[in-house]
Amino acid sequence: MEITVIRPGMLTTVQDLGRCGHRALGVSPGGAMDPFALRMANLLVGNDGNTAGLEMTLAGAEFEFGADTLVAVAGADMGGLESRRPHRVKAGERVKFGPAKQGCRTYLAVAGGFQIKSLLGGCGTDLRSKFGGHAGRALLAGDVLEVHDVKRDFTGVWFADQSMFPNYSASPVIRVVVGAEAAEFSGGISRPEFTVSAKSDRMGIRLDGAKFARNGSRQLISSAVNPGTIQVPPDGEPIVLMADAQTIGGYPRIAHVISADLPLLAQLKPGDKVRFTNVKIAAAHQVWRERERNFGLLAQGLHMKFQ
Amino acid sequence: MAIEVGEVVTTAVLAKVGALTLKLRKDPPRGTVEIVPAATTVTVFYDPCRITGFKDFCAELEIFANKAKLAKVKKPRAIIVPVCYGGEFGPELSVVATQAKLTEKAVVVLHTKPVYTVHAVGFMPGFPYLGGLNPKLHTPRLDQPRVIVAAGSVGIGGSQTGIYPFESPGGWNLIGRTPLKLFQAEEVEPSLFSVGDRVMFKAITMEEFEKWK
Repeated sequence: MEITVIRPGMLTTVQDLGRCGHRALGVSPGGAMDPFALRMANLLVGNDGNTAGLEMTLAGAEFEFGADTLVAVAGADMGGLESRRPHRVKAGERVKFGPAKQGCRTYLAVAGGFQIKSLLGGCGTDLRSKFGGHAGRALLAGDVLEVHDVKRDFTGVWFADQSMFPNYSASPVIRVVVGAEAAEFSGGISRPEFTVSAKSDRMGIRLDGAKFARNGSRQLISSAVNPGTIQVPPDGEPIVLMADAQTIGGYPRIAHVISADLPLLAQLKPGDKVRFTNVKIAAAHQVWRERERNFGLLAQGLHMKFQ
Repeated sequence: MAIEVGEVVTTAVLAKVGALTLKLRKDPPRGTVEIVPAATTVTVFYDPCRITGFKDFCAELEIFANKAKLAKVKKPRAIIVPVCYGGEFGPELSVVATQAKLTEKAVVVLHTKPVYTVHAVGFMPGFPYLGGLNPKLHTPRLDQPRVIVAAGSVGIGGSQTGIYPFESPGGWNLIGRTPLKLFQAEEVEPSLFSVGDRVMFKAITMEEFEKWK
């Protein structure tokens, strides 16, 4: 089955849940900025959570479907399709997404998933290194994407439970654990309110507002960083590393966003506000395990709905 | 979880990083997802749902770290990198020469002399951070990073030298370009360099550069 891109939107890329095992060579994990939303959209059409889907950014795309199929969306509200449930689309039907009314990134999953060659353990588009996804780039009008053929339908009328979703907000409080160089900064990360800068992208979310002054200027030797790491470069304005971040870095690390809260950051637009609150690492693990358990239960429950 | 192997980059610390990485890869503690070596650290990524307990996991890593200190080290690979220095390939060769109070020729001689060591691979796929640069050639990064650095560009950033595998933005002083491909996503071993490799530069002419391609 084929899907044709009629309008590509602002930045639409093929993404899965990211690559694993090649950071030592400098390959970023990449994948969906909001992995929760992509997984959710996939489960709602009966796919495995890690199936390749589309990530749309700020302004949505328009697609034409070549055959009858099931689709679902999750993440930002770009109109087009109601979230939290699957939709049947017909051959020749067009689905149109608009500007994001809430949030920043919308994920579109199609039953069977996109046929994308896996490279270095993932199907995601690495925009900076120009590989993976569809031709290593964002989608353009006229692109034709192949979808694995599956015959799948669902029974009944139902919605995924809202309580399972993260508390998406335009002014969230994000949980962090302490960073290796936190003690070198006076004033913690948890007090000020920050504004998301327009210079933010898939590599990192830059924060305006409070600047951090570092005590001393000890040069650090670069070591591994991760999506969620909050670096403070010499200008004092923190950057939260995101999906496409470099694999190692040498700026001091003031804190790390817990993995379970990365979806909240992924949905922030330039101008949105954000605050941070410190938690212990054990609490971060606990939140993550709970999230995983809920996904497991949801996948089991949904299994009965598809035929 | 980061294991600090040493506080400064030395050959011995790099060797320990290599040994620890190998040992962890061979027999990773339960819940390990990925192991990332850098110049003085080995970072272990883990899945909180699969580890037995965080304390036990950390304790197990500690045992690995202690064992690695006694490990024998494999002889590193040596890679020779041909570079066409100066001209349009090396717009900052003159900058490096001026601040070192040397001729451009002398800079090339000093740059091709040492056996460098790959301290880390990162920034982008296959980008090697090379240690061992002659102190005379240490040059601060550009005040304003370039929007486009060509693939294969050889640069100097502070005390390190490195090579850009892909066209990208970058703030290092460019002194030449190699025709080698540093990273090929579709290959079994995608990256030409890995941590601990030895690297030497060899000056080539423009004609040799063109032929190489």
